[in-house]
Amino acid sequence: MLSLLWRRRQWRSRFLPVLVIAAASAACRAQERPYFVTYSHEMEEPGNLEIEMFSVIGRPPGGNRFLGSTTEFEYGAKAWWTTEFYLDGQSTWHDSTIFTGYRWENRFRPLLREHRINPVIYVEYENTSADKALREVVGHDGRPDFYDSNADARADKERELELKLILGSNFRGWNLSENFIAEKNLGGGPWEFGYALAASRPLKLAASAHKCAFCREKFMAGAEMYGGLGDWHSFGTRLTSHYLGPAIGWSAPNGMTLSFSPQFGLNDYSLPRLYRFGVQYEIEQIVNRFRRGE
Amino acid sequence: MKRGRPWLLTIMILTIAVLACGVADGSWMRHVPAKDHERKNPYEGQADAVAAGRLVYEDHCSQCHGENAQGTKKRPSLKSQRVQEEATVGDLHWLLVNGNMGRGMPSWSKLGDPQIWQVITYVKTLNK
Repeated sequence: MLSLLWRRRQWRSRFLPVLVIAAASAACRAQERPYFVTYSHEMEEPGNLEIEMFSVIGRPPGGNRFLGSTTEFEYGAKAWWTTEFYLDGQSTWHDSTIFTGYRWENRFRPLLREHRINPVIYVEYENTSADKALREVVGHDGRPDFYDSNADARADKERELELKLILGSNFRGWNLSENFIAEKNLGGGPWEFGYALAASRPLKLAASAHKCAFCREKFMAGAEMYGGLGDWHSFGTRLTSHYLGPAIGWSAPNGMTLSFSPQFGLNDYSLPRLYRFGVQYEIEQIVNRFRRGE
Repeated sequence: MKRGRPWLLTIMILTIAVLACGVADGSWMRHVPAKDHERKNPYEGQADAVAAGRLVYEDHCSQCHGENAQGTKKRPSLKSQRVQEEATVGDLHWLLVNGNMGRGMPSWSKLGDPQIWQVITYVKTLNK
């Protein structure tokens, strides 16, 4: 036991400083879209690792406030292939804080050139329960899901396969992205469907000739809308939730991107308001740096 | 046990090898449409654009092509004759928008046209 503890300490003392130094020295300025649910067709640059934390705060009327979070590790395996691993958790006021599961996603870009509309195929496996991160809304997801206690909600294990068709376009500085979502609980139940749409643009397209933290080109503004479309047996918008809100992102000088979006439920089946926050940090060419011993 | 098809494997390996050699020697330039090849850089000769392009380069390109654009083990130098003389600014713009994804060069369309032209303005000054 003592030897295990010693080994852990040794690992921390040796490995963590290397990771921190590598991260600090290798950060590059990400130019990320301020989207929380919608995916654009833009892939992670090959060799780069992006560490992302997204949180959402909400409260169902008459229920407890909650904070849902995901920590994501996004790696550019190829220029046309991005793979990402998520760890999810949530905290509910007057209840508990729990780890809710993990996800593994892969995005593939089948067309290797830029077109007017660029498709990306998204495949995800998730193993979650009591998830409140709201990284997508499908089927009849909605307000009733947020009243169960964490203990009750955890009993409902979800091992799901999620497929998305991501369509994205970049035109005159604007990015338009559309996602069509199909999700299947591998434990049973019908296919569920959803959508997400977003648009964004930097406040200025040309770069400044001098280094600056708060230049307009460092800010990206846009809007995002998403919701459920029912399931295989009841496709449509009946008993589905939908959200819409503005979004803004800022590329900080140290390689970090901060984003924020207040989002509003569009019907009584949705939560009235959601506040989303994101922090993204990109480490360039991480594998090569470890190989070179930097 | 079912036998494999060695001729199919050979053809696949040869095809990949030919494609890899093709893109490595800059054959992407042959795919650039004439109208893109002829495009002019609206920022050409502007000192501010060179300075801005250098900053964009440092943020997005230096990680692969090196701080001084000298290239790295797997990524080409941008001071080469191909980039500096053979490729027009229109060719480079096309490459940055479309990428060369089979060879690890991503599309940079997310930067938008002005920043792409600024980077090209900077890159074309590298040997001056």
